[in-house]
Amino acid sequence: MVSANTRRIVIEPVTRVEGHGKVTILLDEQNRVEQARLHIVEFRGFERFIQGRPFWELPVLVQRLCGICPVSHHLCAAKTVDGILGIDRLTPTGEKMRRLMHYGQMFQSHALHFFHLASPDLLFGFDAPVARRNVIGVIAEHPDLAVQGVMMRKFGQEIIKATAGKKVHGTGAIPGGINKNLSIEERDTLLAEMAQMLEWSRKAVAIAREYTLRNLATVSGFAAFDSNHLSIVRADGAMDLYDGNLRAINASGGKIVDQVSPLDYLSVIGEAVRPWSYMPVPFRRQPGPEAGWYRVGPLARVNACDFIDTPEAEAARKEFLGLTEGRPNNLTMAYHWARMIELLHSAEVIQRLLEDADLQGDDLVAPRGERRGEYVAMLEAPRGTLTHHYRVDENDQVTMANLIVSTTCNNEPMNRAVQAIAEQHLSGRPEITEGMLNHIEVGIRAYDPCLSCATHALGQMPLEVTLVAADGEVVDRRAR
Amino acid sequence: MNTDAITLTIDGKKIEARRGDTILEAADRAGVYVPRLCWMKDLLPAGGCRVCTVRVNGRPQAACTQPVAPGMVIENDTEELRELRRDLIDMLFVEGNHFCMFCEKSGNCELQALAYRFGITAPKYPYLFPQRGVDASHPDVMIDGNRCVLCGRCVRASRALDGKHVFGFTGRGPGKRLAVNGPNLAATDVAAPDRAVAACPTGTLLVKRVGYKVPVGRRLYDHSPIGSEIEPQTPGK
Repeated sequence: MVSANTRRIVIEPVTRVEGHGKVTILLDEQNRVEQARLHIVEFRGFERFIQGRPFWELPVLVQRLCGICPVSHHLCAAKTVDGILGIDRLTPTGEKMRRLMHYGQMFQSHALHFFHLASPDLLFGFDAPVARRNVIGVIAEHPDLAVQGVMMRKFGQEIIKATAGKKVHGTGAIPGGINKNLSIEERDTLLAEMAQMLEWSRKAVAIAREYTLRNLATVSGFAAFDSNHLSIVRADGAMDLYDGNLRAINASGGKIVDQVSPLDYLSVIGEAVRPWSYMPVPFRRQPGPEAGWYRVGPLARVNACDFIDTPEAEAARKEFLGLTEGRPNNLTMAYHWARMIELLHSAEVIQRLLEDADLQGDDLVAPRGERRGEYVAMLEAPRGTLTHHYRVDENDQVTMANLIVSTTCNNEPMNRAVQAIAEQHLSGRPEITEGMLNHIEVGIRAYDPCLSCATHALGQMPLEVTLVAADGEVVDRRAR
Repeated sequence: MNTDAITLTIDGKKIEARRGDTILEAADRAGVYVPRLCWMKDLLPAGGCRVCTVRVNGRPQAACTQPVAPGMVIENDTEELRELRRDLIDMLFVEGNHFCMFCEKSGNCELQALAYRFGITAPKYPYLFPQRGVDASHPDVMIDGNRCVLCGRCVRASRALDGKHVFGFTGRGPGKRLAVNGPNLAATDVAAPDRAVAACPTGTLLVKRVGYKVPVGRRLYDHSPIGSEIEPQTPGK
């Protein structure tokens, strides 16, 4: 319960994340943090308004809920629709084209986040002046990194265009497969840049690793807290971002859920609702919402998998886990390092796929099997595990949709991060400094949340902080 | 010289036409594109959408229904008529629920292609957001009433080309809607190969489970605007 004399600090909007969020910190009379909350105040309503639409529209329709990672929704919906059509195995060309699209998306999303959203904090420090600590500052002082970010994102977007038809909101994945293969010309254009992309990916891993090791004392005390970690993994335990079964591990690495089919996700995952946010809180049904929350995304995936099946990323993973002597890493700021390991992994997978002649095959769509009225599919989106669940009636119309998006899964961890940082940096200090508030944003940003799954906010949004007394009087306000 | 041949001018250009041609047919033959929506090859013209409105000796006429006559002076590609057509297309958009971004007809849709040709990037009139349903009762064909522009092509094609009477209209004025000959589409004798289904210029009548099979880049209007097939002398206009 919030006491009568609580004061309130609001950070709105949270900048350099995808979307629009708001942070409220409730202080008690001694200026101690009573409660910290990340509000997600946008409401999309997709689950309701896709009801009645024909199911084959879903991959193209549902991806419209996001302009940042539409490919993830496009492919997850396509996988679900495959299942509805009774298709359990795609043709090699269909499967590999979709994988290429997915890893291209992962590559561009991770590059964008690291180089343009997160790098100002890492390069200049959390307390650096706002005028410097932004992407323009990165361009001015580290032009090579800024350009790398642009070029890596462009490479990923070109892969998406070659597989989906457009860089944003394409139509490539269709029920049962793909609507085009990769031409020799498209392949050669992409392969020509491959060596450079791999090299930049290696360097990005090195930057993230060196940052973490150099600032180990800081990052170890910054929103570090034990959690469960959840992701899908391949049948042999390998990292697989496109397909697999659920695995959840606890903070010390013990497997608490393993190789659970996405079809059985409801037996494992529930969703709780909080009155102050439109974003639900997913949790493991055992032990329930209080203790069953988990992290998803790069950190969870690198922690949860047994190995990565590309050599350079696997070597990087081993080095990453070396820091925690093989146990899961529970540092919020380690997300950046884990994300760059996945960037390198994505580059290696892209190279492997581009060299595979199956991409030039003509057998694009698998034959339909026995029709199902309901199906669930999962994949690992850049920000974490994504679940699409649809029911379809005998007229091919959607009757029920449930989407559990990645950022939703990280709802509780982000709140925990905000609370941990707020307790450490704000308690007992009546004065609000920009750097202190940015620490909270840095914590949220590490999770690379996509708060609306739709809007972009790149650094230039105003930040207003208001300190409100329990009686509603504004006692302090700061604006950028 | 053919005795049936007559001469007229379109936008100051002298063209030859055959007696009995409509203005639209004569213009097509001469490589002059007159925008149209409810007109379809092999069907009698209906003159319903008025997108093909031209000025004939100063008077507005539907080019798809007006026969040619010797010495006609026709205005087609003028700013006034472009503006009129733009408004008509705009109104067709706002009186339905046209969400091109996920419509499977996108790239092959004549309404969308007209909007692109006329440079309509956003509607000028307010959306009406009508309540219209989806009839997916038939195993192979569906109707998404949200996208219907009441062109009547399916109505005419079903009768004239399929020998059926699947489609018709019900209501008048703003309440006019596409109707089917039965309680729902499943109760009719429509079939996926019917010319009536293919006649739809928008994504209203669809063969089920086709979706987005044609990739972006290979769709009808991905590279050249609607009308280019008639005006080959200006490709990519």
